[in-house]
Amino acid sequence: MDRDALLNLLRLMLDSRFFEEKTEQLFKAGLIHGTTHLANGQEASQAGLCAALDDGDWIVPTHRCHGFTICRGSDPAEMFAEMFGSVHGLAKGLGGSMHMPDSSHWNLGSSAVVGSGVPLATGIAFWNRFQSVGNAGFAASTFSSPKDYPKTPVKNISVAIFGDGASSRGSVHESMNLASIWKLPVLFYCENNHYGMSASSDRMISSSNVASRAGAYDMPGETIDGNDVLAVYEAVRKAVEYIKEGNGPYLLEVMTYRTKGHSKSDRRLYRTAEEEKLWADRDPIKLYERKLVEDGILSAKEIKGLEEERRAYIEEKANKALEESTDRLSPNDVEDMVYATTEDRS
Amino acid sequence: MTFREAIRKALSDEMSIDPNVVLIGEDVGVYGGCFKVTGDLYKEHPNQVIDTPVSEEGFTGMAVGAAMMGMRPVIEIMYADFFTLIFDPIVNHAAKTHFMSGGQFCCPITVRLPEGSGTGHGAQHTQSPEALFQNSAGLKMVAPSCPSDAYHLLRAAIRDNNPVLFFEHKMLYDMEGDIKDEALPLGKAKILKKGRDITIVSYSRAVQTALETARLLEEKGIFATIVDLCTLKPLDRTTILEEVRNTGRVAIIQDPNGVGGIGAQVCSEICSDPKTFDSLKSPVIQIGGKCTPVPFSKELEKSTIPNARDCAERITSTIKG
Repeated sequence: MDRDALLNLLRLMLDSRFFEEKTEQLFKAGLIHGTTHLANGQEASQAGLCAALDDGDWIVPTHRCHGFTICRGSDPAEMFAEMFGSVHGLAKGLGGSMHMPDSSHWNLGSSAVVGSGVPLATGIAFWNRFQSVGNAGFAASTFSSPKDYPKTPVKNISVAIFGDGASSRGSVHESMNLASIWKLPVLFYCENNHYGMSASSDRMISSSNVASRAGAYDMPGETIDGNDVLAVYEAVRKAVEYIKEGNGPYLLEVMTYRTKGHSKSDRRLYRTAEEEKLWADRDPIKLYERKLVEDGILSAKEIKGLEEERRAYIEEKANKALEESTDRLSPNDVEDMVYATTEDRS
Repeated sequence: MTFREAIRKALSDEMSIDPNVVLIGEDVGVYGGCFKVTGDLYKEHPNQVIDTPVSEEGFTGMAVGAAMMGMRPVIEIMYADFFTLIFDPIVNHAAKTHFMSGGQFCCPITVRLPEGSGTGHGAQHTQSPEALFQNSAGLKMVAPSCPSDAYHLLRAAIRDNNPVLFFEHKMLYDMEGDIKDEALPLGKAKILKKGRDITIVSYSRAVQTALETARLLEEKGIFATIVDLCTLKPLDRTTILEEVRNTGRVAIIQDPNGVGGIGAQVCSEICSDPKTFDSLKSPVIQIGGKCTPVPFSKELEKSTIPNARDCAERITSTIKG
């Protein structure tokens, strides 16, 4: 990777972290309504994934979506605006913290029903295969087994992002089977942050890791360090290339940690201070900054400068959104959003 | 042409026009569909008919995602009873896509749901679940009563940019009828018959009961208007209210049980419109199926839905006091 790409990874991680810190501050100040799910500590997973994708590759994030949304390219001002409920938000203030779709940045937005975004991402892969292969790839009677399906390269993939909690959903397993039999170009990206709300993956998942389940669906599966941004980037690149060659789906599990609670009301009684300390020492941003200094890419002073620059950038975006936060849809406008219009066919 | 052939023709015609129209479901390919609706469709459109594993939630969610990208998938749910498995992708996702994305995405998916009793399939293969979906903002629902409407409404459903649930009553599949040239759009009710004494509102298979009821009433000198709803959501309020005001009396006949049903919604529209309510000369007559799971035993199964003789008697006694 060249220097620009390396710096870009740090920039994405810092933006994600500062966005979460600002969000927490705005919530505590009572300026944002509802709830929020912060992803502090998971920045390497989010930046590493998004940086490794190409234009046209769609993501369907989890409800803990801010970092993915920033890293895929959305304007943080539009994200803050969404949380202020203003018309300038990505979903015009109709979505909130968990719903930040952005079609101009290939982001379908997340489902607040944990695991339900996975079949949607599989559907994008279905469409992608359609675009690249033409319809022939799915004929009901042409192929007797998945092995007969032609291995045809595809232009774009989709990423079904889900957590360790969602890995137990039936729809996730159904999606993996569907993707495998039709060789759909989808990356199943399990962001294992060790807890589904309060439920630890140790208590809730039968296998020692989620990636081992790939074998049941005849696709490759791999578990990697999700706090090492370069490891994530490399693993995703490898998976993307495999999928784009037309080989079908791939399951990548990245091991990380949610350093904050599940949502703003969480007192974190289900885990120990020792465990939290262990992961705090493996903070993905600190790890990466240390590496950049060791490799002579950036000096400690330059890192400090970049941090200040990115914090000011996020601050400026939050202020812009706050200034316009009272621009809202009217209740009548809201009713008009229920149905899409349909063109008359002539 | 039978009702089932009309559905097949609608699918075929839309597939011919638009390669983005695909049929996805269990045994819809070589098998020809559980109720033989798709037949040889896979031969005509080999690339647009897709057999799936038994994964209703998974393939429906997949179709929702594909629809958000601009495809126009039609899902066949083998028995409407399996709606429980697609509630999440349809109600939480398809129905809310346009709204929750601030208009960035829409979801032009059509869900075909073979419903209704009379086939002796027991309580988990004979339900009519439209009542359970009508409360979900963002969905449209259609329930045709004849081959021509089935043809035109299915084509309109596929073209519509919103998710549409298409309810096919299994007892109508063998019904014969011509396809009329004039297309029936979504959102319009049909007046099948004009009479001066009472307006009967019905939909789907129960329209047969409504027509037979009207015939029995005529023998007693009572003449009925019959309104076939065709689209269940959004309801054609204008036509319903106008036709009720014209006669000043209304009977609603439906096969599914009446609790929180389509008939209850029609009744609510009538009673909450001051002009229409004032026009009523007698209370709204609600006739629906029994509120029990559908029994297997042939005679008992038959007894769970309204019959024309009972309907005619109730209407006569209300009118004649």
